[in-house]
Amino acid sequence: MPQHLPTYPQPDARGRFGRFGGRYVPEILIPALDELERAYLEAKGDPAFLAELERLLREFVGRPSPLYLARRLTEYAGGAKIYLKREDFNYTGAHKINNCLAQALLAVRMGKRRVIAETGAGQHGVASATAAALLGLECVVYMGAEDIRRQALNVLRMRLLGAEVREVTSGTATLKDATNEAIRDWVTNVRESFYILGSVVGPHPYPAMVRDFQAVIGEEVKVQLQALEGRSAPDAVVACVGGGSNAIGIFAPYAYLPPQERPRLIGTEAAGEGVASGKHAASVAGGRVGVLHGSMMYLLHDAEGQITPPHSVSAGLDYPGIGPEHCYYSEAGVAEYVPVTDAQALEALQLLTRLEGIIPALESAHAVYHAVQLAPELGPEAIIVVNLSGRGDKDVAEVMRLLEGTPGAGEVRA
Amino acid sequence: MTATLTRGAERLQAAFARARAEDRAAFIPFMTAGYPTAAAFPAVADALLRHADILEVGLPYSDPLGDGPTIQRASEQALAGGTSTRRTLELIRALRARHTVPIALMTYVNPIYAVGPREFMRLAQEAGVDGLILPDLPPDQDLELADLAAEQGLAVTFLIAPTSTPARVKLVAEACTGFLYAVSVTGVTGAREGSALVEVPAMVALARRHARVPVAVGFGVADAATARQVAAVADGVVVGSAFISAVREGRDVGALAADIAAGCAR
Repeated sequence: MPQHLPTYPQPDARGRFGRFGGRYVPEILIPALDELERAYLEAKGDPAFLAELERLLREFVGRPSPLYLARRLTEYAGGAKIYLKREDFNYTGAHKINNCLAQALLAVRMGKRRVIAETGAGQHGVASATAAALLGLECVVYMGAEDIRRQALNVLRMRLLGAEVREVTSGTATLKDATNEAIRDWVTNVRESFYILGSVVGPHPYPAMVRDFQAVIGEEVKVQLQALEGRSAPDAVVACVGGGSNAIGIFAPYAYLPPQERPRLIGTEAAGEGVASGKHAASVAGGRVGVLHGSMMYLLHDAEGQITPPHSVSAGLDYPGIGPEHCYYSEAGVAEYVPVTDAQALEALQLLTRLEGIIPALESAHAVYHAVQLAPELGPEAIIVVNLSGRGDKDVAEVMRLLEGTPGAGEVRA
Repeated sequence: MTATLTRGAERLQAAFARARAEDRAAFIPFMTAGYPTAAAFPAVADALLRHADILEVGLPYSDPLGDGPTIQRASEQALAGGTSTRRTLELIRALRARHTVPIALMTYVNPIYAVGPREFMRLAQEAGVDGLILPDLPPDQDLELADLAAEQGLAVTFLIAPTSTPARVKLVAEACTGFLYAVSVTGVTGAREGSALVEVPAMVALARRHARVPVAVGFGVADAATARQVAAVADGVVVGSAFISAVREGRDVGALAADIAAGCAR
């Protein structure tokens, strides 16, 4: 685990990754974003802050997370070696905690005693509530009514941790609306509150800051792969993308290398029932450039700019946009983005569970599916690293419900 | 930035000048286009226009993150009834056929980009819009937009807030070509209990130091009493959620407008 936070060539001073990103927010927030950016840059250069973050990541989260060679999955796929970066081992069950702890430490440093967060599946909400409990902060989490119904267990966890979960019934009552409501709270309580944003979206400096806090994932992979295979870069890195924080965390340490040293970086978008069906959350494959939550990005919206509801079996990918740095990677040819459907993700979840005894989050299963497809194409000399961003415990009930409704489900070819 | 006033800016500033000549602040009621329905909207707008110096029409948007629950619900209802950009502009065109009062269109930026800024400005101008109010676009995020608006004769209005630093106020004020919109409180739109307008006088004074255009104040102004407080210091008074609530509750919108308009007298 590096005792520093990385610095990358993007974004520019105005918070743009190429033409993406920026700060499309009510003017009321501009001073707060300036203050946040200053505080973040100061913290990044402060050894005491970095040491405290490093200690918490080690002792509280359990980092570094293992890089695990999935032997039976590799054998099944029949080609490249498949390694799993085990972010599912992190305390609270996913990569989200890396970012939450860092932002909560920043809140304390800025003298803010109240934190706000949005959540979809509840993973970021639980991680925020956990960080708030650890640091003695008041915590309010906004969650769509529909997600509260789907993720009852995480709601209980947040409440047990002392957070107030506020139900959002506006719009489609899911993640995007919870984000709107969190921003409205921040607009109203901007002087005393800190907004812990959970992904690489939102106005500058959030996309850059969240990336830097998640880059520990890829930085660890470099060191671990060097020790295991004698090289720091695999041939391909695969990660699922909703807003895109786990993917950026594992991509960014490789993305700015010269092209010949750079592994293929592949983001798997949630294609739901298929991009052609219109019921999906694949913003690169099926979206157009637009503005949401303060940032210019690829977005699902109609011809007149009304945001269209996304669909994915995994609540964590059920977002109508994708972080501006991913948009930049896509446009610049640094990374590829491929669609993976609900059915394919469900298939991969069962496959990994039966072959390796690892139940991945439905989100992460999207990446696993593509790695299995890619392995024979790359051949046995190649190495693929999959970011296993979270564990599947939260999805067990939903998966069983879906499989019971599918003829022949539960039968895996393994 | 154009040196001469656009047609829209002239019409908007003339409305402020007329109010000033009568020793009152300009009264600027707001209504969401297509609310409560596209069919019922014209009558509501007519009732407001009888008392308005400028009418602010809101383009319904799926994700209005600067708006409180009242305008959010109005937007959702209008969208459900099929009022998006095209229908909003049709409704405005019909109003302009009957009224000479200037009309400012409040829109989040994504509907502008979705249609294409140049095309959006052209369509807005054709429909009879005089100016745009842009609640989620700090002017330095898109330096071309004001020029594209000016090419079509449209004025632009950006917002400042109680949190704005002197440097930001200067930047925003200099970018406005129609009027400057000062947000009265840290918060979203909507009436609030014991609305605290304590930050308004200082903010307006700061804005006046930099603005070549009139300064209007909005957010949390809901009745004649709060309008009077604002009118004492500002050039214009914007009232929105109170009218949406009146429509929703079946109250007499014209009577409320008359009452608040009277409150704008100094």
